[in-house]
Amino acid sequence: MRVKGETFNSSANHTTTRYGFYGFLASAYRTSSGWRLLPFLVAALVLIPIGTVISSFFSPASDIWQHLVETTLASLLVNTFWLVLGVACGTALLGVSLAWFTAVCEFPGRKFFSWALLLPLAIPAYVTAFVALGLFDYIGPVQTALRSWLESDLSWFPNVRGRLGVIVVMILAFYPYVYLLARNAFLTQGKRSLEAAQSLGFNRTQGFFRLALPMARPWIAGGVMLALMETLADFGTVAVFNYDTFTTAIYKAWFGMFSLTAASQLASVLILIVFVMMIVEQQFRSRMRYAETRQSARVDRITLGGWRAWLVVGLASGTLFFAFLLPVAQLGIWASSVFSQDFDQRYLEFLWHSLLLSTFAALLTCSVALLVVYAARRHPDAATHAAVRIATIGYALPGAVLAVGIFIPIAWLDNWLSGIVLQLFNIETGLLIQGTLFTMLIAYMTRFLAVSHSPIDSAMQRITSSIDEAAMGLGLNGWAMLRRVHLPILKSGIFTAATLVFVDVMKEMPITLMTRPFGWDTLAVRIFEMTSEGAWEQAALPAVALVLAGLLPIILFVRQTEK
Amino acid sequence: MNALLELKNIQHAYGKQVVVNELSLTLKKGQIGCLLGPSGCGKTTVLRCIAGFEPISAGEILLNGVVVSNANFCLPPEQRHIGMVFQDYALFPHLTVAANINFGLHRMQKTERASRVAELLQTVGLADASSRYPHELSGGQQQRVALARALAPRPDLLLLDEPFSNLDVSLRERLSLEIRDILKSQNATAILVTHDQDEAFAIADEIGVMHRGEIQQWDTAYNLYHKPANRFVANFIGQGVFLSGKVLDSRHVEIELGVLTGDIPHQCTADCHLCCEGYPVDVLIRPDDIVHDDASPVQAAVVHKAFRGADILYTLRLPGGGTALSLVPSHHNHAIGEKIGIRLEADHVVAFSQSVP
Repeated sequence: MRVKGETFNSSANHTTTRYGFYGFLASAYRTSSGWRLLPFLVAALVLIPIGTVISSFFSPASDIWQHLVETTLASLLVNTFWLVLGVACGTALLGVSLAWFTAVCEFPGRKFFSWALLLPLAIPAYVTAFVALGLFDYIGPVQTALRSWLESDLSWFPNVRGRLGVIVVMILAFYPYVYLLARNAFLTQGKRSLEAAQSLGFNRTQGFFRLALPMARPWIAGGVMLALMETLADFGTVAVFNYDTFTTAIYKAWFGMFSLTAASQLASVLILIVFVMMIVEQQFRSRMRYAETRQSARVDRITLGGWRAWLVVGLASGTLFFAFLLPVAQLGIWASSVFSQDFDQRYLEFLWHSLLLSTFAALLTCSVALLVVYAARRHPDAATHAAVRIATIGYALPGAVLAVGIFIPIAWLDNWLSGIVLQLFNIETGLLIQGTLFTMLIAYMTRFLAVSHSPIDSAMQRITSSIDEAAMGLGLNGWAMLRRVHLPILKSGIFTAATLVFVDVMKEMPITLMTRPFGWDTLAVRIFEMTSEGAWEQAALPAVALVLAGLLPIILFVRQTEK
Repeated sequence: MNALLELKNIQHAYGKQVVVNELSLTLKKGQIGCLLGPSGCGKTTVLRCIAGFEPISAGEILLNGVVVSNANFCLPPEQRHIGMVFQDYALFPHLTVAANINFGLHRMQKTERASRVAELLQTVGLADASSRYPHELSGGQQQRVALARALAPRPDLLLLDEPFSNLDVSLRERLSLEIRDILKSQNATAILVTHDQDEAFAIADEIGVMHRGEIQQWDTAYNLYHKPANRFVANFIGQGVFLSGKVLDSRHVEIELGVLTGDIPHQCTADCHLCCEGYPVDVLIRPDDIVHDDASPVQAAVVHKAFRGADILYTLRLPGGGTALSLVPSHHNHAIGEKIGIRLEADHVVAFSQSVP
């Protein structure tokens, strides 16, 4: 027997009980005020090196600085402008289109490509760069072969060492950031929105441009920002190509002209550029809040047929070929030619050091990022937001400058500490912190907090405030809620974050080079030493190990997400 | 041929499981129809077939006399001029209320668009909220934005999928009447899908009760309640109990409480025995068919009571052991276990053969 209206009283009950625990909510917020300080602490940690660098701007202008302004500053700005523009457009186009095709469409090999397109994350940009140069430069095998085959001087062949070459290499190296985040957005958007657009008279292609793309904008902007920060901070690639940007200019000012002040002054200009970009990006997302969309059980993919399918397959396999297969194959050839004399106990040590550093850096950075995101959510006020923005700016700091910015205060702290110990206990301690793994980890954390913050923050945006209230209503307090409600929802975001930090630390070159304990070489350090001598074959062997190690987290990641 | 929408024997299956079977219905322009049924009966699937989100495996769907779906063809949803209000509203979270409503007006002139948006904001009473974002609105407001967005391009047909299921009861009642007025003022043709009969009665002109992928009866609310075509409809719509009885002749049926007079309805065909004397039947007795009368010789014990404001719904144990419901004005307040006098007062008969489940 059916009794009218009996089935649907639950929602009415909910609205009435909700008012009941506003008091509870308020007290929960009050007791958790310790959260409040966290973003500020981390921001301070980031501000110290930035402050160290920026304060140099106010030191009297040296002759070297004057010289730099007159001769190279304009060309540095122009070079940086084109690089940023090219990489932004290229990674956005390539990353978003590949993400859309693999997330929403159906074409031959889609399942394979959806994980395989992440593989270039394992190859550092500077490795792709030296392979590209080795292959496509005037004296490289490709042009040589073409010349003899066509019997032409190849005057039409683009200059690989020019601007285009750098941009293409960076797009191939950095598009996975956009691909990963945009794909995540498209997969979680749900098909309901697309159906709504269809019922309003848009076909699926129009629905993509008018709806899916604007809805995914925070994720796409996040991915492009990652790629651009990587671009601005890049040292290895532009150094290999001899394409002068701020990072190489800083390096030259410091190690060529021996002026740390001029280097820091150049760095402060770079920070300004980054700061402007971050403000623009934040404006984009200021008023957008994204409700969680329910995943529908059945996903109707758009089946691509005929020439469309082959075009997409061509795009995906072309990207995979140039960004991953070709560099790996060339590295393999080079490495095998030197394997017998170069592979020994030292290489296992390089590998072990690299893995150890990356693991600890990923753990530390993700924990801190999680705490910062959580604190910012609890206290969404202007001051906290500013603190979070500052805490995540370290990613754009060029590694070399960050190393100096951290090295100087730590050297000062070391002197101060050993002075105190000497005074109190009359013991000679020597250096306590300087040149330890601790210094490196702090530097990595400062630099890569943004990498882990972005995906964790995006995931956090999906936990609506009513989810918190529902959990509180069920008697969960702060820690239990984090463990039982937030962590399961944030899990994939945290995993993305940890993977990205792990790979990034493994590839990282300047910080490792400058803050490592004496003789503590890693794979990246070895590659730097070999490439600076132009020994591609010798550099290839550690690069192969680096690529293989970089593959591990990607395989793990793929296995977890693409069941 | 003024049917706006015609479904002819449509069939839909997910794999081998047939979800919609041989379903037909017709809707005239300006009419509001409703598919009513328990969850899992296939009603939402019918809606999605009409919208073009699901293909059909047999039969055909005609819109304005033109085939839009059959076994081999499915016109894309965006070419059907059918608006849809989704169960979860599917509002675009990155767009304001006005921009959400404006979204489907891409074929209109710019000035016309602005006035259409303004008109709809006025109609749904959200003129003040035009620049707000969906997450800043209450559930009822989001519902109205979803309706305005679907109505904006003046679709030939509007589909509403469980439009009130996310709202609380009091809001649902008020909004369902409001939405009927809005639909009628826009002269919209609409189909609503719901499992709540109050909602269906409040909005729809005609209602199809669905069960296991088939329409059991397509009729007005009055007829569904008073002239249910089969046991399922009789059970599903309203309240009531079946009491066993015996056919006396073509106009009279005897049950424990007395003799009911009225045309034994349409089930009486040549090959059935319903009108034969002595044939055993189950007779549907609604709560309003039994009135409280202290003077009546028939006494029934109160088993259960539910206070409803104006009335009390009593569940009674009849002398013969059967159970019946009675709706009694609430000043007749009797305790459980007490015996009260009742009298049968029904002007028509709803009876089903006992052999048919």
